[in-house]
Amino acid sequence: MGYEAIIGMEVHAQLSTKSKMFCGCSSRTIDQGANTVVCPICLGMPGVLPTVNRRAVEYSYMTALALDCKATEGRVWFDRKNYFYPDLPKSYQISQHSSVVGRDGHLLVEVDGVRKEIGISDVHVEEDTARLYHRDEGEDRYTLIDFNRSGVPLMEIVSKPDMRSPMEAKAYLRQLRKLLRYIDVSTGDLEAGSFRCEANISLRPEGSEELGNRVEIKNMNTFQAVEHAIMTEIVRQSAILDAGGMVVQQTVGWRDELGRTEPQRIKEEAHDYRYFPEPDLPPLVITRSWIDELRSRIPELPIVKRDRFVSDYGLPPYDAELLTEDPAVAEFFEECVRQFPEAKAVSNWIVGELFRLLNVSGGAVGALRVSPGQLAELLKLVESGKINISTAKAVFEEMFESGRSAEEIIAESDLIQISDADELSDVVDRVLSANPDAVADYLEGKTEALRFLVGQVMKDTRGKANPQMVARLLMDSLDAMGQE
Amino acid sequence: MKISRAEVEHIANLARLELAEDEIEQLQTDLSQILEYVDQLNEVDTTGVLPTAHVVAQEDVLRQDVARQSLSTEEVLANAPETEEGYFRVHAVLPKGER
Repeated sequence: MGYEAIIGMEVHAQLSTKSKMFCGCSSRTIDQGANTVVCPICLGMPGVLPTVNRRAVEYSYMTALALDCKATEGRVWFDRKNYFYPDLPKSYQISQHSSVVGRDGHLLVEVDGVRKEIGISDVHVEEDTARLYHRDEGEDRYTLIDFNRSGVPLMEIVSKPDMRSPMEAKAYLRQLRKLLRYIDVSTGDLEAGSFRCEANISLRPEGSEELGNRVEIKNMNTFQAVEHAIMTEIVRQSAILDAGGMVVQQTVGWRDELGRTEPQRIKEEAHDYRYFPEPDLPPLVITRSWIDELRSRIPELPIVKRDRFVSDYGLPPYDAELLTEDPAVAEFFEECVRQFPEAKAVSNWIVGELFRLLNVSGGAVGALRVSPGQLAELLKLVESGKINISTAKAVFEEMFESGRSAEEIIAESDLIQISDADELSDVVDRVLSANPDAVADYLEGKTEALRFLVGQVMKDTRGKANPQMVARLLMDSLDAMGQE
Repeated sequence: MKISRAEVEHIANLARLELAEDEIEQLQTDLSQILEYVDQLNEVDTTGVLPTAHVVAQEDVLRQDVARQSLSTEEVLANAPETEEGYFRVHAVLPKGER
């Protein structure tokens, strides 16, 4: 029987604040020694009082606005979510439940060229929990706790169950992460745990409106894992339903190395969190003017920029997609095109050479030594024929490493392209007399011998010759020899 | 009784408390009495009165996003019954074999 998959996603994104949600400890806790970034507040000592981080509120509102949510105006408050587990020293988490930052938004995603709006149910903020390390050494079983992450601001973005395939789920996550990076509220780094995804999946017979039992999948650490896990879960649920069984509502963990899910013990089996308004935090009153100010801080969003790159610069959608993946790359491109208005050529250099060098060096576009103006200058030199493409690539590599200008590197290394016919004719004559076999081959119709001869000239000139001109000069001479 | 025996057991489980038989009975009585006492409030007509979550009339208490010094690990772990290499060490929280 055919089934339709109903998929909803929950994303927990760490907000890029300097300090934690409710105390002044640094929120950069990665690679810090255990329990070195904690204070009485995030340790949940008796008698301490939390205070809300202003920037965390701003970032969550910007996210809600960028997702076209109805941002909550007026009173907004926090709720206590009560559960007893050592990852929270207070035995409750300060979160939001009856009041949230925003509701009823949407995100436009694209799968195979087809666009679809995925609904956003709500955006809310909360504090992160401590990290637990479970030790299981035979009889000696215990748990170690590092509270560094405790209190780091987290934003939860809950989608509506609008996705119907693993591909849509992956596209949604990619688009959401890109959006968070554009508005610069989260690094969106999956591996570092600053972008955590959970999927809810249920199946129903095609054409039915009834919802089946939901399974929640956690522990998916890459977008590929999300796609793989959802696909695997759909297959598993289909098999159960085909056999006339019932899917058990549960939480499972994805084991990427095994390629399957397994039931996960959840913190609170009874999901009885006994929420109530947080008495330690007075409510916030969010004014219309603050919301308007935050809205004005949201830059052009990724899908809008992508469409503009196609319409304004005439780029293929594929190029536009790659260039707008990272706003820093998009800005580099636009600045370069302002100075060298050949958009496709600029795009080719960025997507080709720049990305290749960035991949090799592992660097970030934000920390580039070479400027957009310098790339424009290099492209002008290629266009004017002063250097050939292969020289330009070598020069660009040097620019990428040193941050020096193309002119400087070329002048210093004597790399200017030899386009002087007289100078090249001498080399061509020398190469032809030194390679009688290749000449004979060519004259017998083996035209690939020409490529060998061009290579010899390039070698003789240390790559500086204009290759088109070399080929023409060689053919002229060879044709003349053929007629003798 | 306002609270059933099963509810007491459920609440104890949520708080990870192990109760003896006589404690369950005692708590059932105590908790029921507390609820009955608080129930008196239901006699007040609250039509048109907004729910109160806070008794202080403060609003919008926000702090600037500035990071400051945290405690030293020695201070952090000073009261911990058990530690290991800078971590708090507690009883295993997952049953054997689970991760």
